[in-house]
Amino acid sequence: MINLNIDGKYVKVPKGATILDAAKQLGIEIPTLCHLDLHDLGVVNKAASCRICVVEVKGRRNLAPACATPVTEGMEVHTNTMRVLNARKTVLELLLSDHPKDCLTCAKSGQCDLQDLAERFCLRENRYEGGAQSTYKKDVSPAIARDMDKCIMCRRCETMCNDVQTVGALSGVNRGFNAVVAPAFDMPLEESVCTFCGQCVAVCPTGALVERDYSWQVIEAIADPDKVVVVQTAPAVRAALGECFGMEPGTLVTGKMASALRQMGFNYVFDTDFAADLTIMEEGAELLDRITRFLSGDKSVRLPILTSCCPAWVKFFEHQYPDLLDVPSTAKSPQQMFGAIAKNYLAEKLGIPREKLVVVSVMPCLAKKYECARPEFAVNGNPDVDISITTRELAHLIKRANIDFMSLPEGDFDSPLGESTGAAVIFGTTGGVIEAATRTAVEWLTGKPLDDVNFTALRGLEGCREAKLKVGDLELHIGIAHELGNARKLLDSIRAGTVEPFHAIEIMACPGGCIGGGGQPYHHGEMEIIRKRAQAIYREDEGKTRRKSHENPDIIKLYEEYLGKPLGEKSHHLLHTHYFKRHKI
Amino acid sequence: MANVRMHVLVCGGTGCTSSRSLEIVDALRAEIKAQGLAEEVKVVIAGCFGFCEKGPIVKISPDNTFYVQVTPEDAKEIVAEHIVKGRKVSRLLYVDPKTTEHISDSKHMDFYKKQLRIALRNCGFLDPENIGEYIARDGYMALGKALFEMTPKEVVDEVKKSGLRGRGGGGFPTGLKWEIAASYKADQKYVICNADEGDPGAFMDRSVLEGDPHSIIEAMAICGYAIGASKGVVYIRAEYPLAVERLQKAIVAARETGLLGNNILGSDFSFDIDMYYGAGAFVCGEETALIRSLQSERGEPTSKPPFPAESGFWGKPSNVNNVETFANIPVIFLKGAEWFASIGTAKSKGTKVFALAGKVNNVGLVEVPMGTTLREVIFDIGGGIRNGKKFKAAQTGGPSGGCLTEKFLDTPIDYDNLIAAGSMMGSGGMIVLDEDDCMVNVAKFYLGFTVEESCGKCTPCRVGNKRMLEMLEKISEGKATEKDLGRLRELASIIKDTSLCGLGQTAPNPVLSTLDNFYDEYLAHVRDKRCPAGKCKSLMQYVIDPAKCKGCTMCAKVCPAGAISGKVKEPHVINQDKCVKCGACFATCKFGAISKR
Repeated sequence: MINLNIDGKYVKVPKGATILDAAKQLGIEIPTLCHLDLHDLGVVNKAASCRICVVEVKGRRNLAPACATPVTEGMEVHTNTMRVLNARKTVLELLLSDHPKDCLTCAKSGQCDLQDLAERFCLRENRYEGGAQSTYKKDVSPAIARDMDKCIMCRRCETMCNDVQTVGALSGVNRGFNAVVAPAFDMPLEESVCTFCGQCVAVCPTGALVERDYSWQVIEAIADPDKVVVVQTAPAVRAALGECFGMEPGTLVTGKMASALRQMGFNYVFDTDFAADLTIMEEGAELLDRITRFLSGDKSVRLPILTSCCPAWVKFFEHQYPDLLDVPSTAKSPQQMFGAIAKNYLAEKLGIPREKLVVVSVMPCLAKKYECARPEFAVNGNPDVDISITTRELAHLIKRANIDFMSLPEGDFDSPLGESTGAAVIFGTTGGVIEAATRTAVEWLTGKPLDDVNFTALRGLEGCREAKLKVGDLELHIGIAHELGNARKLLDSIRAGTVEPFHAIEIMACPGGCIGGGGQPYHHGEMEIIRKRAQAIYREDEGKTRRKSHENPDIIKLYEEYLGKPLGEKSHHLLHTHYFKRHKI
Repeated sequence: MANVRMHVLVCGGTGCTSSRSLEIVDALRAEIKAQGLAEEVKVVIAGCFGFCEKGPIVKISPDNTFYVQVTPEDAKEIVAEHIVKGRKVSRLLYVDPKTTEHISDSKHMDFYKKQLRIALRNCGFLDPENIGEYIARDGYMALGKALFEMTPKEVVDEVKKSGLRGRGGGGFPTGLKWEIAASYKADQKYVICNADEGDPGAFMDRSVLEGDPHSIIEAMAICGYAIGASKGVVYIRAEYPLAVERLQKAIVAARETGLLGNNILGSDFSFDIDMYYGAGAFVCGEETALIRSLQSERGEPTSKPPFPAESGFWGKPSNVNNVETFANIPVIFLKGAEWFASIGTAKSKGTKVFALAGKVNNVGLVEVPMGTTLREVIFDIGGGIRNGKKFKAAQTGGPSGGCLTEKFLDTPIDYDNLIAAGSMMGSGGMIVLDEDDCMVNVAKFYLGFTVEESCGKCTPCRVGNKRMLEMLEKISEGKATEKDLGRLRELASIIKDTSLCGLGQTAPNPVLSTLDNFYDEYLAHVRDKRCPAGKCKSLMQYVIDPAKCKGCTMCAKVCPAGAISGKVKEPHVINQDKCVKCGACFATCKFGAISKR
């Protein structure tokens, strides 16, 4: 342990801790901007580039960045001297001197770390306004909008994109005053290897990286008397939406959300969870099929089966592992399964052409915006899912519709695409999809009901996990990875043959799975928020009477009435997809 | 082997090469062959002699005749007169500006008299592409001594005892650096040579690499032995093609001779060197940025600690020294640490190479013992200020340095005195300024360089230096107020205090040092809207003295802006609003009626 003194108070911290860590222990809150530390998820940005956190260290010539300076024995630190306060103020003035002052119309207003600092520092004038501000062209992709005039070079996005996700779409380009984070050769994000996972947006402290906002299109669709507008909401949304209304992280707002959506004027309020159950039927059947064929000696079977619910992961393997396109499950993601069922089964039921039906999805995700725009998910130019909005956009829509969210009654989803099981809810967190699939696959394999549906070995927040489950004579070897960098690690070790062969692997692009998605309320670097969302998801599962997808009565009915059987012809046509080779850089 | 009676050494440094020195080599060789002397007279392309002012230089040995400003056309005469008949070509000899005497041997020239060449000891004395010549001048003996007579710890101690400090800018004690790197245990360590010389005007590292590449290889191997590294890396500017080529050849020759590779000289020690090319970023001279660049990452500094000695190239303990530092190492082992430590001042030992440039008569590369005064360097070696102008300041330390005024002329130059005087050693750039130089302009020039070369990582350097540059521009345009001077100083000190790396921490130095030493000149710009040196265009006016103007109309005719009016044979006037300050009228007037104000 290291002893040091900060602002006259003694503190003892482990070796390797930073001044910032030690100060936190004393309840001294040193301001930070570029710093990001989601330690348990392996997400750490220690660029020490913004210089907002500088402190005075006795015996040191210049000021030290608290976030990146390790403590030493006997260190004497001062965090609020005149010298420090003046330096911080000047650094902030410099940052603002190269930042557009359009807070009123900025997508990040109210959530911007830079704005918060300006408020905290009581900045009333800027002594260092400069003439020419660097101007970059705005880059708008189907999912992400980049405005590099607002970039403060904190490099958080780069850390996410390169170190955590190993995608490598973003890096520092240009020098000095013109330095900025951008795709190579300043190409548009859409043409790059970007997977649209949105983790850059999730951590951007300013409005430089934000989601592409489609909320007005939703208002227009609802207002159009010729349209029937249905909405589906992903499992992770209900565990986070409350945060936008000041509720404790981890508060479940499923019922209030349904009420709000109905009040906003959607014709039908459905649930992506229904489609998650459907996904398990198809993906579970596929897993069973591959395993059975494998056990009967079919050498052509590709194992492990990889999940395909996460569109960022899908785009990732299309770019990075183009030789493995036949390995992942062909099952569409729940969002797209929902869209296909809505535009076919539901439209038929309602007796309207698909063009009259508008499917809106509320997702914790930015890649879903990209996914629903993929051409293979449209029929004659009419997409299965028309508009995908994020949890954050939904919160704004609710506020705009003058709805007092807190006082809403607990509503319910509409039928027939609103019924779901606990297995579907846990899709929202890492390990959930594979647990849901396991619940169904094990019962199908053994023909016996499960004693306990809780496969706790599959839960947790560790980046790469594995578990072995005894199913009759078979020992199922299951892998789980969240964050694309961990996915890469797992795939590379399978390729290198350094791990025991797996039967099935679940992969999610975002830290913690969908609960940590790029479309969720900003976590501002608070690990606890992500943990609480995960707990909420499992709470919702436990509260459900049905917790296995194949027991969802509306799913059973859908197969009886319309689809036939899992992996059948109709299913194959509506619920399965194929993948494309994409360039590696 | 033929008995060579005479060597003709022609400077093959970048400066002389661009003044056609390689053509001189060809012409000399052709002429020598024509005279049938090819067996007994050998023409050698040597490294830089340092006296760039008088290049291209041709030196004939053994009689040490030093010919200056030679052209390829002179080759015939040199061969016919000097080589064949033994008569010196006096018109090509250096003429002492004071005595107007012809001087034949360089050691009698003022330029060389006060110099002591340790780092540059072999430059100009051997063929850098011939390992045999280096070995003949005791090359690789220091390595042999280290490997067979000393333990690694004794090697470190010897360097510590010598008092050698880093010549790249910071002046960190080299022996201590080696000791720290040696103290870490690792399966792999690296010796890194920083050859990313980037200070404007500085070219000592280039000259060493071009003129004496083996000294660097030898020093790196010694360092490898001392800290326990088997791999060496040279990070060299790709803009130094000749240095790259010579070093490459030297590495190959050392490998072939068994001086690099496994079990060097039959010892247990193995060491080899790889070369990496820099892509022209000044900031990559900063060691952490250099290491990132080596790893194919964006050349940006990282926070220290951890220092490279603990976690450097690929996360392994690495020792980074620059070229000039390494160039001193073999000599320390040949002549002993005590000898080295006997040169210089109390805390700065040995010599320092300066790239002398600017308004001085003898520009070139100068190596002097630490403690030599600025006056000796500028007035004795440099031959004083050009065109009899008045000395104003010497800018040392490159863009991170400051300006030394007349009051520091007799201060002994060493690391600590320069810092105390508000400048720094830096890598040894020394630019002499005279009364015609505007100090606001000088500050603007250096800051412009750092703004251009900032990597953009940290806020103070990325935005702060840009804002300072804008303020300086405002000052030189006469648009600033005295309040701005206060802000400029405050911003400068905060950038120093908060920047991430050495580049940002020192970038404000030229501003602070000119503010400290030439505040009146700044005041003249902001208060009187006047540039005393007449350099700031916006503040300068051309005016016609009506008493002297004859009304010849010539000025009005040459004015491209139509700013001059007046009737024939009557005094003309310049409309200041229209004037573009091109100076055409000033150059045209035959009566001296137009003056700058």
